[in-house]
Amino acid sequence: MSAPALPSGAAAREAVLVARDLAKSFGGVDAVQGVSFSVEAGRMVALIGPNGAGKTTCFNMLGGQLVPDRGEILLAGRAITGLKPRAIWRRGVGRTFQITATFSSMTVRENVQMALISEAGGLWHPFRAARDQHAAAAESLLAAVGMLGQADRACGVLAYGDLKRVELAIALANRPKLLLMDEPTAGMAPGERIELMALTARIAAEERIAVLFTEHDMDVVFAHADRVIVLDRGRLIADGPAETVRQDPQVRAVYLGSGAISGGH
Amino acid sequence: MLDLILTQTLNGLASASSLFLVASGLSIIFGVTRIVNFAHGSLYMLGAYLGWTLVTWLGPASPFGFWGGVLLAALSVAAIGVLIEVAILRRIYQAPELFQLLATFGVVLMIQDIALAVWGPEDKLGPRAPGFKSFVILFDSRFPTYELLLIAIGPAVLGLLWFLFRRTRWGTLVRAATQDREMVGALGVNQRLLFTSVFAFGAGLAGLGGALQLPREAATLHMDLSMIAEVFVVVVVGGLGSVTGAYLAAVLIGILHAFGILIFPKITLVLVFLVMAVVLVAKPHGLLGKPPTGQARAPADEPLLRPADRATKLAGLAALLLLATLPLVTPDYLVLTLTELLILGLFAASLHFMMGPGGMTSFGHAAYFGLGAYGAALAVKWLGAPMEPALLFAPLLAGVAGAVFGWFCVRLSGVYLAMLTLAFAQIAWATAFQWVEFTGGDNGILGVWPAQWAVSKTAFYYLVLGLCAACVLLLRIMLFSPLGYALRAARDNPLRAEAIGIDTMRVQWAAFVVAAFAAGIAGGLFAFFKGSVFPTYLAIPRSVDALLMVLLGGVQTVSGPIVGAFAYAGLSEQLSRLTMYWRFALGLSIVLLVVLFPRGLVGSFLAWRERSRAEPAR
Repeated sequence: MSAPALPSGAAAREAVLVARDLAKSFGGVDAVQGVSFSVEAGRMVALIGPNGAGKTTCFNMLGGQLVPDRGEILLAGRAITGLKPRAIWRRGVGRTFQITATFSSMTVRENVQMALISEAGGLWHPFRAARDQHAAAAESLLAAVGMLGQADRACGVLAYGDLKRVELAIALANRPKLLLMDEPTAGMAPGERIELMALTARIAAEERIAVLFTEHDMDVVFAHADRVIVLDRGRLIADGPAETVRQDPQVRAVYLGSGAISGGH
Repeated sequence: MLDLILTQTLNGLASASSLFLVASGLSIIFGVTRIVNFAHGSLYMLGAYLGWTLVTWLGPASPFGFWGGVLLAALSVAAIGVLIEVAILRRIYQAPELFQLLATFGVVLMIQDIALAVWGPEDKLGPRAPGFKSFVILFDSRFPTYELLLIAIGPAVLGLLWFLFRRTRWGTLVRAATQDREMVGALGVNQRLLFTSVFAFGAGLAGLGGALQLPREAATLHMDLSMIAEVFVVVVVGGLGSVTGAYLAAVLIGILHAFGILIFPKITLVLVFLVMAVVLVAKPHGLLGKPPTGQARAPADEPLLRPADRATKLAGLAALLLLATLPLVTPDYLVLTLTELLILGLFAASLHFMMGPGGMTSFGHAAYFGLGAYGAALAVKWLGAPMEPALLFAPLLAGVAGAVFGWFCVRLSGVYLAMLTLAFAQIAWATAFQWVEFTGGDNGILGVWPAQWAVSKTAFYYLVLGLCAACVLLLRIMLFSPLGYALRAARDNPLRAEAIGIDTMRVQWAAFVVAAFAAGIAGGLFAFFKGSVFPTYLAIPRSVDALLMVLLGGVQTVSGPIVGAFAYAGLSEQLSRLTMYWRFALGLSIVLLVVLFPRGLVGSFLAWRERSRAEPAR
């Protein structure tokens, strides 16, 4: 196989996210070794690979939870390498987590309001009532993900699939250029998975958001990804349209025996 | 000069040994049971007292009498450890961290009164060890041979522990349980026996440390808290769970103390504080500590917090009106009691702000209350300030201390944070206690009287009511402001909070300062209320008072701390009237409270109301 070409020309202008030669090792284990790829506006890109391939490490470097040993991350042309998660968020990266991360002592609406208040720079007001702020904007985001009806419920009592939608609404609150979704459908029923990813794809297309997601369910990957990037043992082994990647002999070898790559067949 | 340096180094190494014995015991117990045993200093104290009794009984002159007594003391403390583990700790391994800490604190109080009842208030001067009574001449200075023996005991015990953990089945089990308790349980190991034996072992080490210290220092009733504060410093500096780290840190702290006495004889603890600060900034988990194990525990679900509904607001208003009219109809002594309750209510509310919504448990909140009191008293004493500016100075001093101490504390979380707050409070206490020229030491500062217009009991009551009600209301408003929400966000889910642009550490720092500032106001009022200030205002028992008030009311409720303050103050007053051993009674009540009402009074009431409402509907 060939090393994936760095984006150039017209594609580079479109690229919201460019990762160049990312590497990270943990005490001698090279979790990610020189991975480069890009994601364009309005596109859904899946990052797949067997367990231990380095997907989550990649994600945590992009989101700022880990600092890369080497390499560069550009968001809309500006370097965000090694910035803190909150700084990366301010540059326009929304994020959902493998284990949903919401505030359990707040209502669904308040969860989204928090992100909106933070976005507007209003976190440090010690005396005005928080619940009156950005309530309408929070509701329209909740409407977009179909959670308006449960706006007043506590996040601690929601069904898992609903929690994932709330997280999506939170991640969309700062009008991100890039959305990072780590296993967005893990733990959901099959019907819910398709629904959530269709919703994400629609919003991504409408708002011209670049979406990068990791996923184990190949049905979801081949149904929704415009492009698929495959990692194996810390290296990038394929990058291309879903159908091409599915036929790639190296990819098939990695997944051989599991049958997972055959997707809906 | 050289001989001085050498003697002080040896002195430091000698005191490091006992410190290490106690700290390693604490560390091992924490590793397996995940409980930070606040009563570990008390076990050390028991070791010293029991050592004194047993050595005296067996005959201090013969080597058998002395060493037999020391070993027997260590074994007795181990047996007491078994008792504590079986009777109390075993019931609360699943309880929230905070309640475990509190239960062990109850044990501290109980042991204090037991020691008082058995050995009396006088210090017990220890016997000298037979065969180690002489001196050796090192670089022209005399050095007691017993100190040399102690210096050797530290590394010897370290080696022994290493052997025990690497070469025996029990040690392997302990190491395995430290890494993954559930897995060890799943492998069919008798966990109860393991936990009990580990606790007994750690207790025995503390008892040995106490008994060995006898020839150097007398056994006193204060040695429990001063030891636990130092041990917390050692454990935080060395890294919780690392025995070698505990040894390194014990040596470091021991030597710092020895030299600190030469350099700043009055405030040796400041030196310790500076070193701890440097270590924590460079290595937040201590010299040899590892960050808490990777398996990120999913944050516990916190209940939904809603602003007060109409009925609650009306109840609050009614309570305020009642408090405002009471002095018109009640006798003077009740007005005094009410004044004190209001001050304590604000103190509790300030702690609740950082502990409930902030999720930062402080075992040293009295530092800010006491610094507020001292701020006011020092302004009166040294600047001749009248009451009004002195009351402004009080929260300023407390707030500045909160900013300095808090900056370090917010870098840690959970039990580490609690230990650090306690260590800081002990440093503040020691400063007030030792810096006699400035603070009056143990004699305190007298003559802190209110301004002319507030001299009457009723006028002062209204001043207190006005200030406390305003502060509590402000804290409440803050809780529902964006800052208060950000604080809860940082507690609920730090990962998510950072991922939506919240600087969690800065938000927590701000809350720490706000809490310290509010406690300072309470302290300043308290100084003028009593007319004097004493180091006890900053001491650990007062920190425990605040914790109990908050927990009695329930951490998760907003009105809880006020209710808790009234309930607690009433309870402790009754207890001290009923028995001179009120600390024992209080400790026992804490332990019972933790075992019976893990949610606090208001919390338990709300849960009960929720249940009884929900049932008929379904």
